[in-house]
Amino acid sequence: MRLKTLILGAAASASLGVLALAAPAAAQSLTAITGGRVLTGTSVIENGTVVIQNGRVVSVGSGAAPSGARVIDARGKTVTPGLVAVDAVLAVSEVGSVSGTGDSSNNANSISASFDVSYGLDPWSITLPVARLGGITRAVVTPSHSGGGDGHDHQDDSDFAGVGEGGLQSPGLFAGQAAIIDLGQGGEILVKPRVAMVAPFGEAGAGIAGGARGAEFVQFKETLAEVRLYARNRAAYDRAGLRDLSLSRADLEALIPVAEGRMPLIVTARRAADIRQVLRLAREEGLKIILDGAEEGWLIADEIAAAQVPVLLDVLNNLPSNFEMRAARMQNAAVLNAAGVVIAIKGSDGGGRVREMRYNAGNAVSHGLPYAAAIQAITVNPARIFGMGGQFGELRPGAAADVVVWSGDPLEPLTIAEAVFIDGQEQPMTSRQFLLRDRYARPGTLPPAYNR
Amino acid sequence: MRSFRLTGVSLAALSALTLAACATTGSSSGDGAAAAAPREREAMARGLDYAANPDPYPSTYAALPRENMAIVGATVLTGAGQKIENGVVVVTDGRITAVGGPGTAVPAGHRVVDARGRYVTPGVIDVHSHLGVYPSPGVQGMSDGNEATNPNTAQVWAEHSLWPQDPGFNTARAGGVTTLQILPGSANLFGGRGVTVRNVPSITMQGMKFPGAPYGLKMACGENPSRVYGSRNSSPATGMGNVAGYRAAFIAAREYKAKWDKWRETGEGSPPTRNLQLETLAGVLDGSVLIQNHCYRADEMAVMIDIAKEFGYRITAFHHAIEAYKIAPLLAREGICADMWTGWWGFKMEALDGLEANAAIVDAQPNSCAVIHSDDAQLTQRLNQEAAASIAAGRRIGMNIPEERAIAWITLNPARSLGIADQTGSLETGKRADVVIWSADPFSVYARADQVFIDGALTFDRMNPAYQPVSDFELGQPGFAMPAATVDQGAR
Repeated sequence: MRLKTLILGAAASASLGVLALAAPAAAQSLTAITGGRVLTGTSVIENGTVVIQNGRVVSVGSGAAPSGARVIDARGKTVTPGLVAVDAVLAVSEVGSVSGTGDSSNNANSISASFDVSYGLDPWSITLPVARLGGITRAVVTPSHSGGGDGHDHQDDSDFAGVGEGGLQSPGLFAGQAAIIDLGQGGEILVKPRVAMVAPFGEAGAGIAGGARGAEFVQFKETLAEVRLYARNRAAYDRAGLRDLSLSRADLEALIPVAEGRMPLIVTARRAADIRQVLRLAREEGLKIILDGAEEGWLIADEIAAAQVPVLLDVLNNLPSNFEMRAARMQNAAVLNAAGVVIAIKGSDGGGRVREMRYNAGNAVSHGLPYAAAIQAITVNPARIFGMGGQFGELRPGAAADVVVWSGDPLEPLTIAEAVFIDGQEQPMTSRQFLLRDRYARPGTLPPAYNR
Repeated sequence: MRSFRLTGVSLAALSALTLAACATTGSSSGDGAAAAAPREREAMARGLDYAANPDPYPSTYAALPRENMAIVGATVLTGAGQKIENGVVVVTDGRITAVGGPGTAVPAGHRVVDARGRYVTPGVIDVHSHLGVYPSPGVQGMSDGNEATNPNTAQVWAEHSLWPQDPGFNTARAGGVTTLQILPGSANLFGGRGVTVRNVPSITMQGMKFPGAPYGLKMACGENPSRVYGSRNSSPATGMGNVAGYRAAFIAAREYKAKWDKWRETGEGSPPTRNLQLETLAGVLDGSVLIQNHCYRADEMAVMIDIAKEFGYRITAFHHAIEAYKIAPLLAREGICADMWTGWWGFKMEALDGLEANAAIVDAQPNSCAVIHSDDAQLTQRLNQEAAASIAAGRRIGMNIPEERAIAWITLNPARSLGIADQTGSLETGKRADVVIWSADPFSVYARADQVFIDGALTFDRMNPAYQPVSDFELGQPGFAMPAATVDQGAR
């Protein structure tokens, strides 16, 4: 009874709050979010005003709201760009254990580098509203690969072998191509397909090549040579006038922009020695790489910075979960940032717990990362790393109007996102989880099934 | 929840009495029970009758060197529902001897620890850990958490897999964790006994073992056992196969227990053959072994409750109780703890309906026992944050959740879930002085455990490398002893 009273009272106030914010707002209407602490992604404006219209940010400053604008009072609140998740599997994996919903990895030999995750995107995925409630408005949906996790892939000790990497097995050196999505309700969520190629190195990559790291690097170089040979001799290839190549035509095609240094290659490497090898490989082959993992990166932070290679970090990896991560430390993010490396901070997984990326950024702060750098690592940096700088992930004129109004500091678990705009469109603040919650937290006289 | 601690110790005493009583009747010497060993049982090796040696791997735990102290000036969350500003916590001989406001007397000779501007809570307790049995590094040769060879392995004990050198114990302690229950995995219907440990560095498992803590039996509902054994074309392959397996096991355990009870009563004939599997299950039936039941779905938890009634035992806790919010009144009525995550959901079908407000909704029931647990070497370092996210989810629907109440989700309630609430879990007079001094409000992401005391002994200090233990495994490994950043490091 106590519960019921509490929640009924709450529901009234909560829905009032939502109504106040959520008057039907078309994306094109002029809206001003005023009075909040505005973290633009690169700067802080106290008592700031963010004006949006036609799906774009019009201005960010400290002036008054323009006349005629719908005003959202954000006094006492924090306003940020929508968060940008990297290494996500949102909209390509509905239930982790249900393989039929899993479109983030592929096991066919003939489709590895050419695997294009964007075709599997489901805009109606129940994972999207959950992530959106965590303030995430854009995500880099990234093919999963063996070794992509942190050594703690099992979710409830059900990794009964106790070893291995959650059963993912990529048959080729490449896991496929990532895509950028927005998390806007009800529309086309694909922003840009084929933004990066994924390849595991270290133990995972070695496993694919036969077991040894020395085999993977040789195979990788050989593959690039084939890609270049193919690119120079397409006509000959098409009339079967070229020597046999180990990759399918589709994979060869997909790798041309990688070999030419136009498409970034996301390289999972954890051990400092592996990172160093990968940096050398990139230099020798003219590749544009993004490091993924880099748990031991702090040991050679200056080398990573000198190579101007950005890093996607799981900042909570601080245990020697395997022999690639013996130097794993919570301070990794702080050290890399201090050395000048551009970092992006990941969620706790790519799907259900991607919303924890803001807490992870907070934990990096408590281990030495400057607060401003932590905000950048979940907004501006991921956008820039994937070539979308200025287009989203930042509150600046001309950028997509992805805006989140938070009840407080966005890095705090006690803080919630109160309003989310994507491309200027105010998003419904609900999810399947909230429907379940309300059904059971507010019992009626009939069974819960009648309560919707 | 009542304390239902028929612990290993008290049970042992009980068994010894029974034995002594039999012995007296069978003895003609009249020298008293102690001197009168039962002749008919003299030839029986100690290992053949558990009553002769009910604690064969006894705790050798001893607290680290400690001093009497008073922690003053902090905001104290007692775990028992109080929030005391500018509080005083007095620790004497490893026990809490006083907790109160600024006027609380500090005994002469007690060192005064200045905690102004900081927070003090009981030590964090993680009821679901696989540290030591699935340690780092998680490589072949070290992964000893699941005896996935038979759906019923009630005979195995997690303490026999526990590797005390797991670096995860140190990182958990740096997150304020002072007590953990180490459980076998969930591959089996009956995974085996868990062990409750003090989170102190130790060469041996026995050196960590929580003295007198009751054993827990890990049971698992749902997808894991049926997947593991179904894929081997053996039973259980379904949920109904799971239930048939639990029932068959308790039928056998009832019979086994009756045989021993009868033999102890009459002393006639040959003693029953000791069976380690049935012995653990018989311990469940006599209340000395607590049921720690991995069970996600509400409908499955309800069936498990009925199985317990069918065979006459109690369930102490459901772990990974993803759907606890659907049956919160039932769990409160039955006095069963719900051990939960906040953020984990969707990784399999039985986790599909997980939601962040779970603990908040469960906690709102009168007589509830809401617990936040980890099951994870990383999450265990931040149970305070996992609780904070559930507070936020509850407040979002207007629930009034004071921090002094929610702190119990990671302190007193887990102690209840382990049957050790009379020993630890709150800052109350007479309890073990398991205390954390936090740099800030523990529900803030920026809070770090500055000092961690176990039985009144400083066991971790974020500012002092002399109190930042590293395991043998970590010595000399890449990055060892290199300052990683200009931040007070703590563990890793």
